[in-house]
Amino acid sequence: MVSVGNHPNINLMAYSEVTQVSGYVGNFTVTVRQKASYVDKEKCTGCGVCQDKCPKKVIDQAYEAGLGHRKAIYKPFPQAVPKFPVLDRENCTFFQKGTCKACEKFCESNAIDFKQQDEFVTFPVGNIVLATGFDPFDPRRIAQYGYGRLANVFTSMEFERLSSAGGPTGGKIVLRDGVTAPQSVGIIHCVGSRDKHYNNYCSVICCMQSLKLAHLIKEKTGATVYNFYTDMRTAFKDYDEFYQRVLSEGTLFVRGRVAEVTDAARLPGEEGKLIIQAEDTLIGKQRRVPVDMVVLSTALEPRHDAKEVGQRFGISGSAAGWFIERHPKLDPVATMTEGVFIAGCAQGPKDIPASVAQGAAAAARVVGKINQKEIAVEPIRASIDKDRCSACRICNNQCPFKAISYIPEKNGQRAYSEVNPALCQGCGTCVAACPSGAIAGTVFSSQQIMAQLNGLMLLNVNGASVEEKVPA
Amino acid sequence: MNDKFEPLIIGFTCNWCSYRAADSAGLGRLKYPPNIRLIRLMCSGRIDTTFVLQAFANGADAVLISGCHPGDCHYVEQNYKAQSRFLLMRRLIAQMGIEPQRLQLLWASAAEGTIFAAEVTRMVEEIRKLGPLNWKSSQQLTVNSKQLAAAEVAA
Amino acid sequence: MSKPKFAMYWAAACGGCEIAVLNTHEKILDVDANFDVVFWPVAMDAKYKDVEAMEDKSILLTLFNGAIRNDENEHIAHLLRRKSQILVAFGACATQGGIPGLANLSNTKSIIDTAFSTISTDNPFDTLPMTRFDAPEGELTIPTLYPAVKSLNQVVPVDYYMPGCPPESHQIAAVIDLVVQVLQGKAQLPPTGAVIGAGNSSVCEECTRTRNEKKIVKFARIQDFKPDPNICLLEQGILCCGSATRSGCGAVCPKAAVPCVGCYGATEDSPDHGARLLNAVASVIDSRDPNEVEKILDGIPDPAGMFYRFGMPGSLLRASKAAWSSEQ
Repeated sequence: MVSVGNHPNINLMAYSEVTQVSGYVGNFTVTVRQKASYVDKEKCTGCGVCQDKCPKKVIDQAYEAGLGHRKAIYKPFPQAVPKFPVLDRENCTFFQKGTCKACEKFCESNAIDFKQQDEFVTFPVGNIVLATGFDPFDPRRIAQYGYGRLANVFTSMEFERLSSAGGPTGGKIVLRDGVTAPQSVGIIHCVGSRDKHYNNYCSVICCMQSLKLAHLIKEKTGATVYNFYTDMRTAFKDYDEFYQRVLSEGTLFVRGRVAEVTDAARLPGEEGKLIIQAEDTLIGKQRRVPVDMVVLSTALEPRHDAKEVGQRFGISGSAAGWFIERHPKLDPVATMTEGVFIAGCAQGPKDIPASVAQGAAAAARVVGKINQKEIAVEPIRASIDKDRCSACRICNNQCPFKAISYIPEKNGQRAYSEVNPALCQGCGTCVAACPSGAIAGTVFSSQQIMAQLNGLMLLNVNGASVEEKVPA
Repeated sequence: MNDKFEPLIIGFTCNWCSYRAADSAGLGRLKYPPNIRLIRLMCSGRIDTTFVLQAFANGADAVLISGCHPGDCHYVEQNYKAQSRFLLMRRLIAQMGIEPQRLQLLWASAAEGTIFAAEVTRMVEEIRKLGPLNWKSSQQLTVNSKQLAAAEVAA
Repeated sequence: MSKPKFAMYWAAACGGCEIAVLNTHEKILDVDANFDVVFWPVAMDAKYKDVEAMEDKSILLTLFNGAIRNDENEHIAHLLRRKSQILVAFGACATQGGIPGLANLSNTKSIIDTAFSTISTDNPFDTLPMTRFDAPEGELTIPTLYPAVKSLNQVVPVDYYMPGCPPESHQIAAVIDLVVQVLQGKAQLPPTGAVIGAGNSSVCEECTRTRNEKKIVKFARIQDFKPDPNICLLEQGILCCGSATRSGCGAVCPKAAVPCVGCYGATEDSPDHGARLLNAVASVIDSRDPNEVEKILDGIPDPAGMFYRFGMPGSLLRASKAAWSSEQ
């Protein structure tokens, strides 16, 4: 991250949002809203004194997963790049009550600027890589697992903070009371995935993540660990070896979906515990497993704004919301919009090695495009016969890639519409929609399709009405 | 006579979803009747009423238009255009005396080979029950032009 | 040397084409000056047997208007084809079936019933037409109605097509000019099968209304509201056929706040006029919800009649099942 931040050819725009994209491959124009951070990046040295002096403490829902605090002016985490802090207006005493300005007082380089406004920057780019990531599944949606209601039910993200040496407990794995080490822990897989009520897909990372959590718990607390899994999916290099290791460490595995996590004790030994009710499908029995702590291995979900982002960049998403690649096997990095690439979980759930590989692939594709100097496009394109176009403008809003533009009457040249071949993706919708037949599509022309149609009609289903010509 | 009737159905599929659904049905060794003949388009938005009418006029008993699920289109939204055209075409062919079941719309994703195979099977059975369409070509609409021509020569 | 011979005939037609020819004003004198008019039932007396007696290919130019509705129409079509060097399908009916072609949406029996026995018809003895009747003076016959209307080129080969209902007089005048120039050796005829007296784009090209991107949320008719006089009618939800209809008329209807009805037929290389129009209209409906689209489409109560007002017989389906299954 630091090397990205320092690279002379990389302009890192943190705390910013792309608001508008127009143009086409090699020639996009992007408008970015740089949100006001109230810190002048020219002056800030990143010393962090403002953070130390800020009197306002806020629960950190993002990095600390709600388990720790940050200040109203803060860096998301200590190693964050770029190094500049951001002032959270909603929680800032000055913005809410009109007095304070502690950060301004202590800043030696006068970098705090309470008058800063959102800025819109427009610049040209040749290619775009979208790596917008995912949203974690909110397990409150599965009420029977008790998250948010039962104190000692944790999400995997919370657990990561617990076991981190830099986390709120300094790396001690403890219950919500902050002191008690658990004697037994249940890890529930597939929370929100592989479940027709939430998401049908497999979130890919949860099996390995759960194994890692089990290993950490064993290592740090020696507690009994139960894994409740649907299927163990430990594909890829060294993954199954790790599974075998965790098995040999004595972690217990129960194959079956958890019905409920409850604190209502029914049997001796369940008092004061969380009871995990699940079917063990390998022995065909219902089981009640009392534990001190439950960790939910939550699903990965598409970003909540994936649809709008997709529309903004002219790319499509699946029904679930993941961005769709050009071809699932042969072109998993490019999209249907030439010059827009996708990487990481924006395209679908995947683990770190896969994300890194896809990110590197996307970068390589962009470098390839830049070095080519010329753009090779698919030959499947629409074009408008200017002489036959009556400028009725039916086609003008048929193109989601904005490839069709209307050229108004000028200097005696009558009005017409035209297709920009660099933007056209060849779907053919405008070809079919053109009422005067002025739009032609290559490779899938009307004549070709009609010829196919007539060819198919020659054969009747009952048998060969057309003699088969066998080459001599 | 319907014992031997094998309907001929022309299916228009999109390159990204329904054609791949048919492909995945094949990969999965799923059987569906050979009565459907597929034409691949890049997108269901390419569907032109001309193709559908040409199919009916030239002997197809039914036409299937098939594309990606709504919201799933590789070209963002073009399958909605196919949907609107389909709905209007169905009204048109009903007026022309073609049963609306003879024109169907099917959304199938690339993974839905089973759905594609099941739907095609269902459609073939439905059309088999409906019987042949046998659309009259222009020659058949002429009552006695040959006789008339013969009469003229004689006159 | 005698002048070349000219003929004009009306089959199933309203007579508007003849009026349009007369509407060329003094240009009609060029026809008389350059041609010997041998057969024109509306304008002069002539008998079929006179035509039958002519030598084959003796008429240079025949303008044939009207659709083929019955066996008499077809008989004359064959006859004039044999006698003419150049046969022009003149007007919407001859080129694509025209308004009579709308009969192809109905069963022949229901058409006869409507004409002879509905409540508005005064027919006290329930008289129905018979094609053959034995009168004391001998056998009387009238032409037999076909189950479906046809265009001229569906019964005989046609050299040129001149669309329009009727063809615009200035276009007729231009064609007369061209033919006269050809006779004088100053110009050449277009290739056989060509559409003459029309443009190669669509009516929008000639329409003066301002056009924007189209998003239709409701279809309406001109009696329902007062359309904006300067904006494209289709944009305002009025089903104007102009975008899919061949240019050449000068967009007279939309300029006069009346939607184009499509009389000039499809543009070049479009095998089906209605299909093109349907594609375009459906594509600009601004809804993704099938139920809402259906509601919007309810605003087009008669799609077949609307999209094929002038072109049903010339379309790919040609006639509805009701028509072609008519009992003879």
